[in-house]
Amino acid sequence: MSADPRPIDTVPTPPHPREVLIHALSDLLQGCRNVAVGAVSPLPGSAALLARARSDGACRVTLLGSRRHTYFTDGGRELFDCAGQGRIDAFFLSGVQIDGAANINLTCLGDPQRPKARFSGAFGSAYLYFVVPRVILFREEHDRRIFVPKVDYISAPGATAPGVWRPGGPHALVTGLCVMAFDRARGRFRLRSVHPGHTVEEVLDNTGFDVDLPDSVPETPVPTASTLALLRGPVAAEVAETYPRFAADLFGATPSH
Amino acid sequence: MTVCRDVGDLVARIPDGAKLAVPPDYGGVAVTATLALVEAGRRGLHLVCLPSSGLQADMLIAAGCVDTIETAAVTLGEAGLPPAFGRAAKAGTLRILDATCPALHAGFRAAEAGVPFQAVRGIIGSDLLRHRPDWRIVDNPFPEAPEDRRIVVVPAIRPDVALFHAPRADRDGNVWVGRRRELVTLAHAARATLVTVEEIVDTDLLAEEATAAGVLPALYVTAVARAPGGARPLGLQDLYDPEPAVVADWARAVAVGDLPAGLAAVRGRQAA
Repeated sequence: MSADPRPIDTVPTPPHPREVLIHALSDLLQGCRNVAVGAVSPLPGSAALLARARSDGACRVTLLGSRRHTYFTDGGRELFDCAGQGRIDAFFLSGVQIDGAANINLTCLGDPQRPKARFSGAFGSAYLYFVVPRVILFREEHDRRIFVPKVDYISAPGATAPGVWRPGGPHALVTGLCVMAFDRARGRFRLRSVHPGHTVEEVLDNTGFDVDLPDSVPETPVPTASTLALLRGPVAAEVAETYPRFAADLFGATPSH
Repeated sequence: MTVCRDVGDLVARIPDGAKLAVPPDYGGVAVTATLALVEAGRRGLHLVCLPSSGLQADMLIAAGCVDTIETAAVTLGEAGLPPAFGRAAKAGTLRILDATCPALHAGFRAAEAGVPFQAVRGIIGSDLLRHRPDWRIVDNPFPEAPEDRRIVVVPAIRPDVALFHAPRADRDGNVWVGRRRELVTLAHAARATLVTVEEIVDTDLLAEEATAAGVLPALYVTAVARAPGGARPLGLQDLYDPEPAVVADWARAVAVGDLPAGLAAVRGRQAA
């Protein structure tokens, strides 16, 4: 008799809102061969590792800040060289402010010479936003301080004037409330789905820019039982290698080694 | 190449006003040497980060050592925004040359090759460019696509001194860096390179073909000094992990203006 008292067909605990987010981010990576994730990004990192687990070995993931999940041996510049050649299919960016044209601000509020608030800085955004085909914007909080009509400082622009090489750019925006797709031709976001427990009105009330609305907005799909098992099992153990505290809190997971 | 008596002797080679190049917090930061710079009361440094910094920049800014910082970002990771950096930015007392990582890699790469500039993708349309008159948009002389007409060029970055910490050096000054290749880039680009190491070994690090490619040759190394635990509380390759709780102690102390307590938290890890 097994020491584990749980029958194998037990209905799993319903998905945590963060598991719905990870699943939504992972869906946006479908078909990617090479995904890179920046440092201190546990939710995108989990999504990338879930996408890899669901890809049957087709998707390669580099987590910056992880010694195990890196394929790079040429120092900090290799990610950028790799992306410049078109070898990175997807990357995640965020912002202290994000506006309706998908400009992102990672730098400061107010006058840059005497800012009201100063943040870390642009990192690689002003480059990766141009050369990575599928840039997914992610910010878990969703309010009008973040989603503004116009950012105070453009660390990386959502669109570029003609005459500049730009195979990459914004693909989608995922927040704690919803998924928006970015239409590069129109330079605007369109609401794609709203997460379970939230409403279109709530999204609009908390967004400072205009969003295009389809006739009906579906609910963001939740992970199936088998996807949840994958996420809470082998993927969680991998996440724990880079983000031990995050993985323990969300999945109760410990590193796989 | 000189083997210095101690870390103080090493940092005495960094003059006031030097353009000082450093790696990111995860890449081999000379924390012991940074404490020595603070204690020596160095002033007017132009800190250039390849491509970002964190605890090290905040220590030097908090102690009044830095006039200018050129960086893609300053972050303490999970401990958030470096408090001294944030305060100096808001007060307008620190000149900040905001960059983006690949622009810094490009500037160092130009210096490595001995050419005046390097082209870099992206950037056009960002506010970074509006505040960097030293970065230019030029016509692409070799367009391969009709939309590939305008591109940014950045000047070579030639630091006076590069400073970092590595696992080991040999008696000749060859330094093991492994796959932390930005340390090699720092040394190639800088006029002088100062390295603290965990240990100085009697073997020749270049002797083994299997490991020679992970070595920074002594050709680029000006001086080394032994500093066991010299990157703590930051991490060093596979030798020791970063200690985010200590970095958080720094942030908490300096956020309330208690620089001595912040320095004590960092110094407390040095003997470990």
